[in-house]
Amino acid sequence: MTLQETRLLTKRMNDRPADSWTMEAALATGAYETLRTALRMKPADVQEEVKTSGLRGRGGAGFPTGTKWSFLPAGLYPRYLVVNADEGEPSTFKDRELMERDPHQLIEGVAISAYAIESNTAFIYVRGEMAHAHDVLERALADARAQGFLGQNILGSGYDLDIVLHRGAGAYICGEETALLESLEGRRGMPRIRPPFPAIAGLYAKPTVVNNVETMATVPHIVGMGGAEYAKLGVNRSTGTRIFSLSGHVNRPGNYEVELGATFRDLIDDLGGGVTNGGTVKFFIPGGASSQWLVNEHLDVPLDMDEVGKLGVMLGSGAVMVFDQDTDPLAVAWRLVKFFAHESCGKCTPCREGTGWEEKILYRILHGQGRPSDLDLLLDIGDNISPGLNAPFSQTTICPLGPSSVSPIVSLNKYFRDDIIARCTPSLVTMLTGNGLAGNGLDGGLHR
Amino acid sequence: MFSSDNLQRAREIISRYPSSRSALLPLLHLAQDQDGWINDEAMTEIAGLLELTRADVYGTCSFYTMFKLEPVGTYVVSVCTNVTCLVTGGPAILHHLEKTYADDPDVFVEEVECLAACGGAPALQVNYEYHERLTPQSAEQIIDAYRSGQRTARRISGGPR
Amino acid sequence: MSAANTPAQPELVELTIDGHLVMVPKGANLIDVAQRHGHYIPRFCWHERMKPVGMCRMCLIEIEGVRGLPPACTTTVTPGMVVHTQESSPNARKAQEGVLEFLLINHPLDCPVCDRGGECPLQDHTIAHGPAESRFVEEKRHFAKPIPISHVVDLDRERCILCARCTRFADEIAGDPLISFFERGGHSQVLNYPDDPFSSYFSGNTVQICPVGALTARPYRFRARPWDLEKAETSCVTCAVQCRAELHSTTDQLVRLLGVDSDAVNHGWLCDKGRFGYEWVESPSRITSPMVRKTASDGTSELVEVSWPDALDAAAHGLQEVARLHQASSIGVLGGARGTNEDAYVWARFAKGVLGTDNVDCQLGDGLPAETVLGLPRATIADCDRARVVVLLAPDLKEELPVLYLRLKRAAQDLGVKIVEIGTGDTGLTHVAAATLRHLPGSAGDVAGRLVAAIGGTASGDADIDAAASLLGDGSDVVVVLGRPNLAEPADATVAAAAALATLPGVRFLSALRRSNVHGALDMGLAPGLLPGRVSLEQGRDSFAEAWGSVPASMGHDGTAMLRAAADGQLHGLVLLGADPMADFPDRALAERALASIGFTVVVDGFLSESAKRADVVLPPAVWGEKSGSATNIEGRVQRLTRRVTTAGRSMDDWRIAVELAARFGVDFDLETLDEVQAEISRLAPAYLGVDSHMINGSRDGVVVPLVPVTVTIGRRSPTAAVEADVSGDEAAGSAAGAAGSAAELSDEAPAARPALLTWDRSAPAVVPVARDSYAVRLVVARRLYDAGRVVAEGPSIVDLAPGPLLELNPSDLERLGVVDGGAVRASSSRGSGVFTARRVTGVPAGTARLAHNQPGDISDLVDVAEAVTDLRLESVATVATVGLAKGGAR
Ligand SMILES: Cc1cc2nc3c(=O)[nH]c(=O)nc-3n(C[C@H](O)[C@H](O)[C@H](O)COP(=O)(O)O)c2cc1C
Ligand code: SF4
Ligand code: FES
Repeated sequence: MTLQETRLLTKRMNDRPADSWTMEAALATGAYETLRTALRMKPADVQEEVKTSGLRGRGGAGFPTGTKWSFLPAGLYPRYLVVNADEGEPSTFKDRELMERDPHQLIEGVAISAYAIESNTAFIYVRGEMAHAHDVLERALADARAQGFLGQNILGSGYDLDIVLHRGAGAYICGEETALLESLEGRRGMPRIRPPFPAIAGLYAKPTVVNNVETMATVPHIVGMGGAEYAKLGVNRSTGTRIFSLSGHVNRPGNYEVELGATFRDLIDDLGGGVTNGGTVKFFIPGGASSQWLVNEHLDVPLDMDEVGKLGVMLGSGAVMVFDQDTDPLAVAWRLVKFFAHESCGKCTPCREGTGWEEKILYRILHGQGRPSDLDLLLDIGDNISPGLNAPFSQTTICPLGPSSVSPIVSLNKYFRDDIIARCTPSLVTMLTGNGLAGNGLDGGLHR
Repeated sequence: MFSSDNLQRAREIISRYPSSRSALLPLLHLAQDQDGWINDEAMTEIAGLLELTRADVYGTCSFYTMFKLEPVGTYVVSVCTNVTCLVTGGPAILHHLEKTYADDPDVFVEEVECLAACGGAPALQVNYEYHERLTPQSAEQIIDAYRSGQRTARRISGGPR
Repeated sequence: MSAANTPAQPELVELTIDGHLVMVPKGANLIDVAQRHGHYIPRFCWHERMKPVGMCRMCLIEIEGVRGLPPACTTTVTPGMVVHTQESSPNARKAQEGVLEFLLINHPLDCPVCDRGGECPLQDHTIAHGPAESRFVEEKRHFAKPIPISHVVDLDRERCILCARCTRFADEIAGDPLISFFERGGHSQVLNYPDDPFSSYFSGNTVQICPVGALTARPYRFRARPWDLEKAETSCVTCAVQCRAELHSTTDQLVRLLGVDSDAVNHGWLCDKGRFGYEWVESPSRITSPMVRKTASDGTSELVEVSWPDALDAAAHGLQEVARLHQASSIGVLGGARGTNEDAYVWARFAKGVLGTDNVDCQLGDGLPAETVLGLPRATIADCDRARVVVLLAPDLKEELPVLYLRLKRAAQDLGVKIVEIGTGDTGLTHVAAATLRHLPGSAGDVAGRLVAAIGGTASGDADIDAAASLLGDGSDVVVVLGRPNLAEPADATVAAAAALATLPGVRFLSALRRSNVHGALDMGLAPGLLPGRVSLEQGRDSFAEAWGSVPASMGHDGTAMLRAAADGQLHGLVLLGADPMADFPDRALAERALASIGFTVVVDGFLSESAKRADVVLPPAVWGEKSGSATNIEGRVQRLTRRVTTAGRSMDDWRIAVELAARFGVDFDLETLDEVQAEISRLAPAYLGVDSHMINGSRDGVVVPLVPVTVTIGRRSPTAAVEADVSGDEAAGSAAGAAGSAAELSDEAPAARPALLTWDRSAPAVVPVARDSYAVRLVVARRLYDAGRVVAEGPSIVDLAPGPLLELNPSDLERLGVVDGGAVRASSSRGSGVFTARRVTGVPAGTARLAHNQPGDISDLVDVAEAVTDLRLESVATVATVGLAKGGAR
């Protein structure tokens, strides 16, 4: 049976592709009805539904949302809800579509969630480059305020909520929740030391919940159908649907919402239309740039957070990048490491210095100036950033960005070691033409 | 210096936040949209509005890649070369545009990280407006469309025109 | 370390470090307690006086049951924690070695030319654990180097390891976030804003806490190799806080001063004036030979160098002549607040016991009456950390006692101490004050009186005062920081305010007099009506007459009265002990007239100041760094001063000069050594009983005098009142380890055998408010950290930092005058006038003007000390050319 999408979050945008972002379309398709229902419930009961649903955060770490909310210390106000709309993980592009094409679903989710955690101010931190998403949300927020879905005494419930839209300015690390809070406070986006955790002292040192856009957009569906009903979707501890951003060498790249439990092959072949030009999958990255890689033989692994975890990889942000038989994995690894080096905030020594070092070595190898010992050096550098080189990461750093840079290296070593070593052995030609290592201060490699 | 309209907008932005410093990034965007880059007067004025030192403003500002500390012309062309675009032709677009507009002070071509447009790779942005599924030639045509006035660009920091 | 509000014993928890069981205070920081128990975990970013950031990742360790390798510096100990440092955890060791390698890959290999070489933690760790060979074959990161980030500090970004110690110091401790991280990731660098230098009063501390050679002090760059340095612990005496410090010299030259972490005093910090202020000691304009005025046949006269015997003879002869022609009380001795306690004591003995005059004052009309300072219950600096409320009745502490400013800022920001500021305009602490009571110059007493009444339940009807009163609650647990906020009015209003606040139950006072050893000098009796050891003339008369031979019959003049008497032809001989009334006395015209009228002047000074130029005899003293001794700080803490270099030229210790002069009066003091002077003080001066050389040199943080805690009862002054031994063990008194034993010893002596310590009867002069007409502005003259004093003027590294003759005005007053910021104004008082650079300062209230005292280029003459307040008429001066004076006006 071919895999079909299960459209909850992507329903409205598929049903009304031309105007799904408007208030008119939203109201015509049932938006804000669940908010009305939720506001008649007790906040604790709304929380309970979310807990029952088994919803796990869609931002990357997969932490159970209801549990996260329950960490807020009782009786401490104000508290803040912060929506992480900084989507910057390479090859992830679901949040952008959710914002651009169905802002009211997100706003409704935020309103219900803020009500559930008894917050009167929420912030949506939108990635700076997503100017259009920002404008759409700005307009949608104004419309929602005009309709009485936001502001004072929402729908006569006595509940007040203000949502502040905030633009980032170009820094992937601001997707990390504590860096995001720093950035929202007008500082350099550098992750904070924990403890204290945001639930205890987050934004402005007040209790704070940070949730991903997709997580928030799921909430109305959970409260609408009931947590137990939602939990029937998906498999095991991976309940519900998830939007996968499928990209790379596939015929129909794009966002696909599926019930968790389908396989990568289903996703790539049935929804993605298979590999471009009738090619085959050489390797693929299952959970965004931070994840370790999988290869052809793993295509039948199910899309289940715990199952993929057993392979040392993660579903992460739900991005699946597919690379065909002609792709140079070294180039992909170098480009990813370059990304992490570029985006390192610079706070921790191992990440600040190590990512740059890794990048330089990979660049060298890619340009024919590698030494046979370089791959092991890379692994040892990696080990000093992420001891043990395992997933989930162990880290000598504050946040997982530094350790993420090790994923491509470990993957190269795991699947393409011989190939890389071979490329690090200078050929007679490069040595004779001087186009190799000699004379570049790199001749240490020749004498090993 | 903020125009009087923008100064009023700046004050309104500051009032949204429980702590005025939170308005720093939005005000820098506002200044960049107005002036085309973040100049010395803007940093000084923003530091004054938020009661920060200029070192603080500059230090924060320079952390974020969108803020340009030198003039960049009228169009910022951000070409993604991250992996999906890497394997679908991003670098060729980048090199083509870099060459084409090397001497054009109006067009600032930069290499950027993943723009969350991988579904339409290779992609770029012109003043933070997306363009997807490009070739070097179609990319050039798009930029020329802005330059000839056929298309209206956003402001330089992505603000609406 | 972090002062809790109650000094109760902290709860202990048990943990295991590398297999050793240790008991540590609950909530302690792991890296700190591990070190205290002998397990040193390497670190770069962690600094015990700042909040942890966990950035450098050098301190990674293993904790059983905790995932990964957490940094020790951000870990709070919990009961039963089992910790493995690099000593017992191969994982931790590998991670630390990895971090070290990461730090080194981009670090330049310029250790041989780096100031830090030899005392660099990065170097040390590398020698201990680092890789012998670099695996990094790529191109290193490059930056232009070094670049100046302030007047005194250079930055080498290639050496920087980005630990954020400097930026955190600037932000958290100094409150001057003028340096920041710029860019990010591998491009991160520390910088100031272009054209906006790191001009913090505290910038030098960043050099000291930089763990590598990224920040260097220009005055020290390339001047010494650490292993060649000779070091001695001493106190900085640039101001009266007297921060603990270590003085370094090489080849008999002073090369740097570092802060020493004293819990009691300075937490390791120094201000830049203190840190870089040692340069004046080696100033080429110092005079190091005695001089005597010789009159030529044509009637002109000049000072010429002579031998010490000749100079001493001349000085003694001149003074004897004055006494013979007039009387002993027509001689005055002014100054002495810049020397050691020993200098002050011997000079007090000479003046009061030999010359027989009580016209003795170490203050230049710019302080407070001695009995107000000495006769109130005293607080220590650390008391401010524990107080509920600190009331500021003082000049801007940031300008005058900078490290006390840091301490109070921290108390307010981190320890929850409420600050109530009573003053005429904004100060460095206003932004952390919980309440601010503004008043016109001359009205402090009125405000304080209403505040105290409001505390007592009489609502003042003024919302600010009532709010401050509610902060003060019942008035208990209050420390008042008491100084002299305004030199353009007499001390009367401040004294009246102090008298009012002294009625609060249990209130204690911390003196904010500024001049380096003014408290030591007051304690040694260099004030009218006082004898050494905080006793009055009456109280000490018997014992000192016996020891010294005689003491003056009645109380003499203070500094202002002396100058007035001189101007009136009533004072004929004057000894200036390092004092320069021509520059430093608030009333210039009076100083001028006084010095012109004096018949015979002896100046003991290392520089030919304006005042010294008029002297008949000039005697050059040895100065700080060249002599040992002790000094007493604002809280009454006696700390040692250490000699580090040879005395310049033929200069002589001040106290020896006094001994020599006394000999020429036929009095043998029998004081040959410093120890003997200290022994005499410890024997005779009641507040210093037991404080001998052994105690001064043996206690790490000095000792607070008197050693036996006293409860000062405020009331009418009477010889029998006042000293009660308080054996409750209030730790305010004895911070030194040795103090307790000595205190016990001392209490064996019958207290009645010693003169009672001075108490103040709170007889404050009545201050009648003077109306200000609406066209005038009322003047506040206050000091700035950098001025025309010799520490700055003779210090090449800091001389340019004095702001010059600035008149700070409220924007509305400037507008009214039609003058822009930086424009010129002429200010005229009933006394005289001057032209100033106007500075627009919102923190100066409308109707008030603030003038920096003793600035280079200021030749104005505005203050008449006889007036209760100084009101100014202002007018715009059209041509900027007439301003010419405002040298540092750009700052
Ligand atoms: C380097 C880094 C980048 C991240 N970027 C994002 C992001 O762009 N969007 C996001 O929702 N979460 C991102 N996260 C995860 C967040 O820290 C956080 O876990 C998430 O926002 C929580 O929301 P959720 O519980 O709804 O998933 C990132 C984490 C790291 C370490
Ligand atoms: S791991 Fe990298 S990105 Fe994360 S906090 Fe450390 S330096 Fe910053
Ligand atoms: S000392 Fe602990 S991380 Fe730097």
